Amino acid sequence: METLTKFDLSAVALRDVNAALHAKNLSGEFVIENPSGAHNLAVGLDAPVKITIDGHVGYYAAGMNQQAEITVNGNAGTGVAENMMSGSVWVKGNASQSAGATAHGGLLVIEGNAAARCGISMKGVDIVVGGDIGHMSAFMAQAGRLVVRGDAGEALGDSIYEARIYVRGTVTSLGADCVAKQMRPEHHEELERLLKAAGFEDDDTKAYTRYGSARALYHFHVDNASSY
Amino acid sequence: MCGIVGLHLRNPDLYPLLGQLLTGMLCEMANRGSDSAGVAVYGDPTWTPPGSGTVSLLEVDATAEEVAATLGPDVTVTRLGETYLVSAPASADSLLAAARAAYPQALVAGFGADVAVLKGVGHPKALTEAWGLAGAAGWQGVGHTRMATESAVTPSGCHPYAVGPDQCLVHNGSFANHATIRRELRAAGVEFDSENDTEVGARFVAQKLADGLDVETALKELCGRFDGFYTLLVSNRDSFAVVRDAIACKPAVIAETDDWVAMASEYRAFVGLPGVAKAKIWEPEPEVVYAWKR
Repeated sequence: METLTKFDLSAVALRDVNAALHAKNLSGEFVIENPSGAHNLAVGLDAPVKITIDGHVGYYAAGMNQQAEITVNGNAGTGVAENMMSGSVWVKGNASQSAGATAHGGLLVIEGNAAARCGISMKGVDIVVGGDIGHMSAFMAQAGRLVVRGDAGEALGDSIYEARIYVRGTVTSLGADCVAKQMRPEHHEELERLLKAAGFEDDDTKAYTRYGSARALYHFHVDNASSY
Repeated sequence: MCGIVGLHLRNPDLYPLLGQLLTGMLCEMANRGSDSAGVAVYGDPTWTPPGSGTVSLLEVDATAEEVAATLGPDVTVTRLGETYLVSAPASADSLLAAARAAYPQALVAGFGADVAVLKGVGHPKALTEAWGLAGAAGWQGVGHTRMATESAVTPSGCHPYAVGPDQCLVHNGSFANHATIRRELRAAGVEFDSENDTEVGARFVAQKLADGLDVETALKELCGRFDGFYTLLVSNRDSFAVVRDAIACKPAVIAETDDWVAMASEYRAFVGLPGVAKAKIWEPEPEVVYAWKR
């Protein structure tokens, strides 16, 4: 039987909690209470465990995650799930800026809104946001999928490479080299899978628009020579 | 870095707790920078007696008794840490003029009918203890704990900048074009106490308010004129406003309940506030002015 371990951050030091979560051959379920906005909580996990954080977390929560399923019953500060490699991070509330920054893999779900720079430089992660995202989201996004059930702010997907973005609501403005693209059958299928994974399976994928790279910045264009 | 906090109380039952709550908020932000700190407290009946004007002075180079004797029989002077609170049953403007005439080298930290501004070099924990901030009452308070980047670690480099009557501004970030704007303001007759970038923002806002603009319009004009990074908390005796620059790198969180509105650099500053578990919590949008009236 799996064990359930509780940590009360009002009584146990943050470093002790993170050290315990880095133990070799870690297994079971963990609950962290009273996070009180602490930074760097449950970072660097590399084990197939379930972690529930009851409350709001500060910066870089669940950063660099591998394998673990981490749920935050609250809001998350800057850089939640930054550089995640695998596993999942599920934020029940809102997330601050740079959610999922540079993440290579895994699934990040933010049920509420995400602030500026969501998915900045994402490298393969899947991000599903229940509400809106702020400006400069998916800036220089290289790979992975970003799904937004609400609206996107200014300069979405600026200098984007090969990540795919799906937005149901309005986009205030698109960044350089980011364009709306056709939703082909494989995109509807991909989006349906992502929405289902995030618990939003009732959404109609036809209500979404796909955005991606126009690939006009990939190569040097001789007409721009005078700019350099 | 730098940490900023503010608390605007709606429920008068909480007024006696203002200082205690503000102390907790400010000290929680100390590891965002702790070379100096400052607070502005609105409505403490001892620090700013009703019906009086109050001027907050630093670097006076005289004892509190000497200052009281120099400024006149009705004047009371209280020393809190390195700050002297000078009060008299007179307008803050006339008291300020008298203090400036008697102590031209002194640093004016703030002045008005309702605001006491305390600041100094050091860790916010030591400073708030020296001020006795936890015992203060009032309806509104703001605080700043500093990691100096743009000017020296001196009392004149500490926030808040309270350069207009009952006004106060704290800043997380740095203005890039402050020298240009300072030159323009100096040419227009505005005097400065420091080379600090934030002081330029505070004097710009104070001038706009003196010209009759409301705080929302003044802050929109600031957004149009200033380059750089900023989250600003701008308070007045009857208002409390937050604005961020267009890029919005500098953090800001707002929490609101029926009893209070709070703003801080990070959520953890709110943890000790009564009823925070049920507060509405959000991040202010870039270049949107959020303002509350008393």
